[in-house]
This record gives sequence, C-alpha cells and structure tokens, in this order.
Amino acid sequence: MTLTDTNPTDERPRTRPPAGGPAPAARPRTRKAVLHWVAVHSLGVAAALFFVLPFVFLFLTSLMSDHQALTRDLWPRTWEWGNYAKVWHTPGFLTWWRNTLLYAGLGTLLTVVSSVPVAYALAKFRFRGRRLALLLVIAMMMLPPQVVVIPMYLFWAKQLDLSGTLWPLIVPMAFGDAFSIFLLRQFLLTIPDEYLDAARVDGCGELRTLLRVVLPMARPGIAAVALFQFFYAWNDYFGPQIYASDNPAAWTLSYGLESFKGAHHTNWNLTMAATVLVMAPVIVLFFLAQKAFVEGVTLTGVKG
Amino acid sequence: MAPNTARAKRRRAALRTAAFLSPWLIGFAVFFAYPLLSTVYFSFTRYDGFRPPVLNGLANWSYVFTDYPLFWPAMRNTLWLVVVMVSCRVVFGLGIGLLITKIKTGAGIFRTLFYLPYLAPPVAATLAFVFLLNPGTGPANTLLDGMGLPTPGWFTDAAWSKPALTALALWGVGDLMVIFMAALLDVPKEQYEAAELDGAGARARFRHITLPNISPIVLFAVVTGVIQAMQYYTQPLVAGKVAAGVIGGSGQQFEPGYPDKSTLTLPQLVYNVGFQRSDYGAACVVALVLFALSMAFTALLMRRRGGLIGAGD
Repeated sequence: MTLTDTNPTDERPRTRPPAGGPAPAARPRTRKAVLHWVAVHSLGVAAALFFVLPFVFLFLTSLMSDHQALTRDLWPRTWEWGNYAKVWHTPGFLTWWRNTLLYAGLGTLLTVVSSVPVAYALAKFRFRGRRLALLLVIAMMMLPPQVVVIPMYLFWAKQLDLSGTLWPLIVPMAFGDAFSIFLLRQFLLTIPDEYLDAARVDGCGELRTLLRVVLPMARPGIAAVALFQFFYAWNDYFGPQIYASDNPAAWTLSYGLESFKGAHHTNWNLTMAATVLVMAPVIVLFFLAQKAFVEGVTLTGVKG
Repeated sequence: MAPNTARAKRRRAALRTAAFLSPWLIGFAVFFAYPLLSTVYFSFTRYDGFRPPVLNGLANWSYVFTDYPLFWPAMRNTLWLVVVMVSCRVVFGLGIGLLITKIKTGAGIFRTLFYLPYLAPPVAATLAFVFLLNPGTGPANTLLDGMGLPTPGWFTDAAWSKPALTALALWGVGDLMVIFMAALLDVPKEQYEAAELDGAGARARFRHITLPNISPIVLFAVVTGVIQAMQYYTQPLVAGKVAAGVIGGSGQQFEPGYPDKSTLTLPQLVYNVGFQRSDYGAACVVALVLFALSMAFTALLMRRRGGLIGAGD
C-alpha cells in the first residue's frame, strides 16, 4: 500500500464541479457536491498554510540583511543571497557536511548489510527461540538510547579511547539495527515460500537463495530501511553530543547547527540560511525516493 | 545411520541459523544486554567515571526520588507530553488523514505539503520554530498581533513552552497522516454505502463505521506516540538552549529546562546528571526509570496488537 497506489484523485471524477462550464443545474445532489468540494478544499488550503508557512518564513528570513532579520518584517527589503555563501564558508561547516555524509552513508551501508541476513532468518527459518529473538528485537527497537548510554560511553571513551570521533556511532551499525531488522522481516514475510523452495530445489544454499532470489524481491524493503537509517543518522543529535561534543572536527550538521546559533546569536538570517541548508538535502532525497519512503512508514508505523 | 544423519542435518541447520543471526547476536550482547546489566550495577554504586565504582546500596535511588530537585519536574513534564502532546498529535493526524482522503483536486500536492515537515531534521525544525515563535519579532506573533489576538511568550514562558513544543510536534504529523490515510482507505466501501442507504449522516457513519474499523491503528498510534514522547530529547533540549540564548545572549550558562525547568524531560536528566555532573550512579537510576516506563508501554503495545509481530507466528 503506497500513497501513489491509493491516490483517490482519479477515483470519483463525477463529484468534481464542472470546470468552467455552465453553472451546475439546480439538482440538489450536484449542488451539495459542489459545496462539499469547496468546504473540503478550503480546509485543505488552511491546513496547507499551517504546514508550508514555517518553511516560507524561514526561507524569507534567510535572505534578509543582518539588521532586517531582527525586525518584525516578513518580506526581505534586499535579497541577500550572499548569506548562503557566508554560511557555507563558515569555518567547520564543510567538515560537518563531510562527517554527516560519512556517518549517514557508511552507517546506512553497514546497517543494511548486517540486518538483511538477520531479518531473513527471523522471517524464513524455523528454529527454537525465534519468537524470543523477535521479542528481543522489538525491545531493542523501543529502548531509548539514553538508557544504556552511560556504560556505552565508558566503553567507547575510557576503554577504547574513541571519544571525539564518530566511530562509536558507526561501528554498532555493523551489528544489525533493531528497527531495520524488524522492518525488513515484515517485508520478507510477504515473499511466498514457494520462491525459496524452488531455489533450494535447484540446489541453492541459503546464502545463494538470499542473494539471488530474496534480495532482488526485497529491494523496496531495503530501500525503505536504507532511507530511514540515512535520515536517522542525518538527524541524530544525541549521539554526536555524547561522543563528539569536545571535538568540533567530528561534529555533524545536526550538532553543529545548534552551536552555529550560539555563535551567531543575533544573526537570525544566517541561522535560518544554515537551517535551510540542513533541511534541503533531506527534502531532495524525499522527492527522489518518495515511494520507498512512504511504503516504509505504512509498513511498520513510526520511527522517531 | 539414519538418526546420525538426521542429527547432523539438525546441527547444520542450527549452525546456519546462528551464522545468519550472528551480527545481531553480537550486537544484542555488546550494545544491549551488557550495558543494561552495567546500568543496573552502576545504579547501586557511587561512580564518577574516574575512581572505580563503590557499592553504596540504595543511596542513588533515594537521592533521585527524594532529594534531586529536577527529577519530579522532569517526570511531570514527560507525563504532560505523554498525555497532551500525544492526544493532540493523534487527533490532528486523524483529522488530516480524513481531510486528505476527501480532497479530490490536487490531492498529490496537498499530501506532499502535509508530509514534508515530518522530514525536517529535528534540530533544524526546532531552530525554525524558536525563530517563528520568537515573542518580540517572530512572524507568528506578528500575525497574531495583526489579527488582534494575544501574543504569548512561547519558548520563553514556562506556561507556553510545552504548548509551543506541541505545535512543533503537530507540524511534523506527516507520519501519522500516512498511517491513518492507509487505514481509512482500507475501510470497506460497502459498509458506508449500506449505512448511507439506511440514512446515516456523516457523523453517524464516522462513529459507527470509520472509528471501529480503524481503532487498532488509533491504538497503535497512541502507544508508539507514548513511547516517542518518553524519548523526547532533541527538541526540548535545543528549544530550551536556543530560547535561553536568545534572551540572555550566548556564553551565558545554560539553565537546564529553560524556562523554569518547563522543557526538562527524563532523557535530558540522564545527560545532565551523568555527563554534566559526573554522577553516573544517579544517572543510571534515571535511565532505569526511563527503561521501566518504555518497556511497560512496549508490553502494552504487543499485548493489544499482535499485528506488530504479524503472520508467521
């Protein structure tokens, strides 16, 4: 079930008001339908304003002069496109970009590679303790990261001396991510066993069955997992705060953005320009992969 | 020979299963079981991260529950968020989901616009909202003032900071919208048609057909919302820090939960006690309280909705 598949637009064109034609005849049903259409779409426009205006205001403010951003004006008097160049050339900004891409990119790759076999075993193998394993995966998925952060911090910082880097955030992703395992398992359940049996009859081992038969069919599920994991790392604030806060060279965009505000506390225009620059890639990625993303949301519910 | 080969076969299957599960088995041991047990152990010790931990019985527990001045305010804030923010989000998400199923013209555009804010990275979205709701010069108050409405202090007023966070959470309601939309479109059309023939009005159809059909999804949204609310960390922390800086200027010592502890949540306490005051023992107590609450709600989710585990079990 995806947004695109269930698009209600083309289902009942007959309830649309005749566009530009002669006024609808006074048949009560049609009149009622027109009024209903107007009411629904007015509500829709009102809701759209609520969702869109924040973007509009922050974008307009990002283009104001330093001085005007401190006033109550809503519209820029002069369009200061240079604000974006200023933010881009802020010392550290490019490093934060690089770190974020490393954390999100490498982390996503490791998560997918390590989670797929686990999800496959949980979905398709019969073994004792499978239900227990699944319950533990769900428990891990629901665990707030703050619960185990103190021993984890001591482990990475005191025993392995890796504080001030992003490795404490990236390395664990090589050992399966509970949410990804869960989502992939739900997806793999929808693949009929007959395909796997056919591959086994042809003499494929489990690994070959997974790589040759299951992976190609699971592509939408893998895409959804990859997107979620990428967004998770992109948005993560707590992780970098714990492990990287004392070393600005290891900061990510999400963490650096907040300090950016601290350093430019009177420059709302620059802060908003930086905010736009952090939001933009995520939104572009969404448009490129809209279908996979929405599929993932419907498949499992929510990731925070 | 036969039992021997059967046993060998079983052993091969068990080895194969273990091999496929191995990344997670290691992850479970190193990143879940071990730190969880350590957290329990540290909660009974005096530990500052430098000198080795010393057992001190229930001292941390009684300190957190009776003497630590931030624990109960954080608990109350977390409960406020669990009750008010979650119910607002579910009701609003359901409303937006209903609206989007009724929109016939430009549905794709509306859906995308409604969904986009959900994708805004939390730090960026929070910064944007602190700016929009900035009491003096922010666009929100400028608009409210223009309409002759009162202009609250939002993130700088202890009575309004949690409603402001709720507004931020409503802005990002896209995930719930998608789930509710899918559920609403799954309600069998025949039921509506039959009710319409019986002369049921729109409200009666919503109460007697829509709600019963989507109630499992509503429950799912409530419970996952509660779990998220208990993990609520980045938005209140960033909002408090930035709003405090806006008022006091940068470089000023940040008061946790600005204004007046009103944005302090339990997860923030783990950070404050553990990493800012190096009292790892007491931080572990707060962490375990958080753990108990999360697992209680997770158990509720799984009892009431076997669907989370789904087919095959």
